[in-house]
Amino acid sequence: MAETKPIAGARPMAPKPMSPHLSIFRPYVNMVLSIMHRVTGVVNYWGSLLLTAWLISAAMGEKPFNAVSAFIGSPIGLIILVGFTWSVMHHMLGGIRHFIWDTGHGFSLPTVRALSWVTLFGSVTLTGLIWFTALSLWGNR
Amino acid sequence: MVHGAVFVGEPLMPTTYRTDLKKVRGLGSAMGGPGTDNFWMQRLTAVSNIFAAGFLVYAGLTLVGASRASVQLFFSNPLHAVLGLLLIISVTFHMKLGMQVIAEEYAPHWLKVPCLFLNTFWTFSVAVACTLAIIKLYLGM
Repeated sequence: MAETKPIAGARPMAPKPMSPHLSIFRPYVNMVLSIMHRVTGVVNYWGSLLLTAWLISAAMGEKPFNAVSAFIGSPIGLIILVGFTWSVMHHMLGGIRHFIWDTGHGFSLPTVRALSWVTLFGSVTLTGLIWFTALSLWGNR
Repeated sequence: MVHGAVFVGEPLMPTTYRTDLKKVRGLGSAMGGPGTDNFWMQRLTAVSNIFAAGFLVYAGLTLVGASRASVQLFFSNPLHAVLGLLLIISVTFHMKLGMQVIAEEYAPHWLKVPCLFLNTFWTFSVAVACTLAIIKLYLGM
């Protein structure tokens, strides 16, 4: 878009009014989850590296694959993977919550709070279920 | 606002009756630009990511502690290979759009374009590398 020419005599633009935000409010669950949605998005962005490394090492050959598998199976690797699982589940449920809002529903405060808590507990529950299954399968192997 | 009439020394009658809005309408990002594509694709890939997450959990639970040979066997199934490729496309596209919003909102002005470029380079590289890996595994190589 072409910029309009400054007009002689026009007043210089006043600085945009800023208000203190975030820091002065008691955290509400839906506010915390809004931030969490973005944070888990970034975590998923970088957490996918682990998946990428696993897939590419499998394509490369026995040696790289065993190295990556050993890292994933190590205590640090497992902690990262559990965290990644929770982050993905949380972002997914948060996304579904946003889809409900996209339809124009669920904006009453009690519903907003309820959806937030469902997202939080749901993500922990799903992560627990996935890892309970994974570890029992691993133990039987 | 018709800015012709605001300043001292201007004729009282505005030189044109066209409002600023009328002049710029249709010249924004909707005009040949991305328009609402980013918003739309973010939601489209969010939905496909739910299916991708389902496949990811299934693959993860199937391949817990698996050898490289079992990973090759898993992806030699064309259904698994196709779902894996779809996962890569859906997830990397969603990653790209999500990080783009973060760069647009938080990156300082001089870093904005480099961040946007790097984000695109990175997510497309991940997509291509993972795609090649899945094809290689599918072919049993």
